[in-house]
Amino acid sequence: MTTPANNLVYERPEAFTETPTHYCPGCTHGVAHRLVAEVLEEMNITDKTIGVAPVGCAVFAYNYFDVDFVEAPHGRAPAMATGVKRVLPDRVVFTYQGDGDLASIGMGEIVHAAARGENLTVIFINNANFGMTGGQMAPTTLPGMKTSSSQNGRDVETQGYPIKVSEMLSTLEGVGYCVRRSLHDPKNIRLAKKAIRTAFETQVRGLGFSMVELLSTCPTNWGMTPVNSLKFVEEHMIPAYPLGDYKISDAIKQIKI
Amino acid sequence: MPKELWKGNEAIAEAAVRAGLEAYFGYPITPQTEVLEYLSRRMPELGRAFVQAESELGAVNMVYGAACTGVRVMSSSSSPGVSLMMEGLSYIAGTEVPAVLVNVMRGGPGLGNIAPAQSDYNQAVHGGGHGDYPRIVLAPASVQEAIDLTVLSFDLAEKYRMITMLILDGAIGQMMEPAEMPEMKPVHRQDFDWATNATMGKRERRLLTSIYLNPLDEEQTNLRLLNRWKEVQANEVRYKEYFIDDAEIVIVGFGTAGRVALSAVRTAREQGIKVGLLRPITVSPFPTERLSQLTGQARAFLVTEMNMGQMLDDVQLTVRGRVPVEFYGRPGGVVPFPDEILNEIKRINSAPTAGHTDARDAWLTRMTAQV
Repeated sequence: MTTPANNLVYERPEAFTETPTHYCPGCTHGVAHRLVAEVLEEMNITDKTIGVAPVGCAVFAYNYFDVDFVEAPHGRAPAMATGVKRVLPDRVVFTYQGDGDLASIGMGEIVHAAARGENLTVIFINNANFGMTGGQMAPTTLPGMKTSSSQNGRDVETQGYPIKVSEMLSTLEGVGYCVRRSLHDPKNIRLAKKAIRTAFETQVRGLGFSMVELLSTCPTNWGMTPVNSLKFVEEHMIPAYPLGDYKISDAIKQIKI
Repeated sequence: MPKELWKGNEAIAEAAVRAGLEAYFGYPITPQTEVLEYLSRRMPELGRAFVQAESELGAVNMVYGAACTGVRVMSSSSSPGVSLMMEGLSYIAGTEVPAVLVNVMRGGPGLGNIAPAQSDYNQAVHGGGHGDYPRIVLAPASVQEAIDLTVLSFDLAEKYRMITMLILDGAIGQMMEPAEMPEMKPVHRQDFDWATNATMGKRERRLLTSIYLNPLDEEQTNLRLLNRWKEVQANEVRYKEYFIDDAEIVIVGFGTAGRVALSAVRTAREQGIKVGLLRPITVSPFPTERLSQLTGQARAFLVTEMNMGQMLDDVQLTVRGRVPVEFYGRPGGVVPFPDEILNEIKRINSAPTAGHTDARDAWLTRMTAQV
């Protein structure tokens, strides 16, 4: 007869608080949060981690992680994280940003934090829209995709083209680790976790800027069921935003996890 | 310490270092750039943090991040750059973390020019960022005072968990004067009970944010800021008086405009005119109480500024029409000569106005006639 303890297959990571999240049903923010929390716990760095929350759906990320947190102005998380990390270089500092925050208003801050090779880890959630404000077009919105501010579908002639952030940042010397993963199925979630682990390992070793872009769902604003949202990621997001390792410096390739 | 010849901007930078500055984040802009340049060498040699940011937006948010850890941190800029920093200042105020910002003001609005001006008084004292928040604003009139107030600004910012701004015009930033530096103070990280510097397994986690979704919580935050501001008003008002004891005409001017006015006051005194000068050092909190006392003594006030009359409004609010208030300003990056202010003193001395004419309107009429 097994006791509950050795039958335990799933529990709350210690880096999580007991606060229920405010995220919509089917949204993959919760998965991304959990992966980060598991990595902090596995690396035994929870106590020395400081998080930087964005403006967007993840504005309340600070309620869910049991670590010190600061809340940045919209898009400025990489600058704020730079300020924290430069005075506390032995701490682990990460930002958690959506695509409106990082790829629209915060493009200057993210590019320059990456170019300076700041020893930060960035978790970048790409769900192709502004979630918090009700599903407006983001720089990552797919061509033709309908959002509340591109109601006829994103017209690239007048509204421009999607920005491929991982590809762009990977051209910068200061970047140590820059990959894109997806959260649409268990296999990809496992790969995403490994990438998040590698990103934090990059920081702990002082090997430069690290970012994991995570293709995510937004069932509420996409107007889809959670299951159909996962299919949308697989069928439409991944072709536009190919998964892959855009930059892994030689030193990071040596890291064995 | 012996007196040395210091350039204003570099003096501010070195004074901040000696006050225990642990991190500086800035962006080049004239006429402030020497602060950035000086610290790009000085901070690394002391093993302290220095980053030339990608923009003033970046710089102020780096300041915000470092401020949340409880270290002494500052940035500096000039008028257009400070406008860009207003978002960050509002967040810093809302989060109640200490930070120091130096504005070496230039002519504006817009790109304006790089000549000395005081046209950001209202932005610093009354406005700038969004939301209800007070801030301490210090206005030095010499390189020595810039040094002393830089040191003080860190103490005030920490004591009241509040932004402390230094506003000086480009003239003080650029000119060299003999001045005495304070002793080098060792960096001492205070163990603030609010700082987000990671739990290190020793305490509960902390959160620093300016978000209060429940309006009642935000209201309480606003009231807490206001109550703290009342303490600042009660304890931190600073000003300097010159020839004030028997003055019948009192000039009110800050920074360089106050200093130029002092030259005019000295000459007027030689000519037997009973004129004195009140030079606010804290333009926020404003020396309202002292000015109110002087209203019982003076028969007229003359406000001198290097703008279109911004502190003028604060003087008028205090004097409340009890005696005439006159104005003389040179906006746009023009520094008045002592003679110009002397002429104003003489005009007021010989023919005091009835006080029913709007001070700014009357000045504008005189200025328009001149030009």
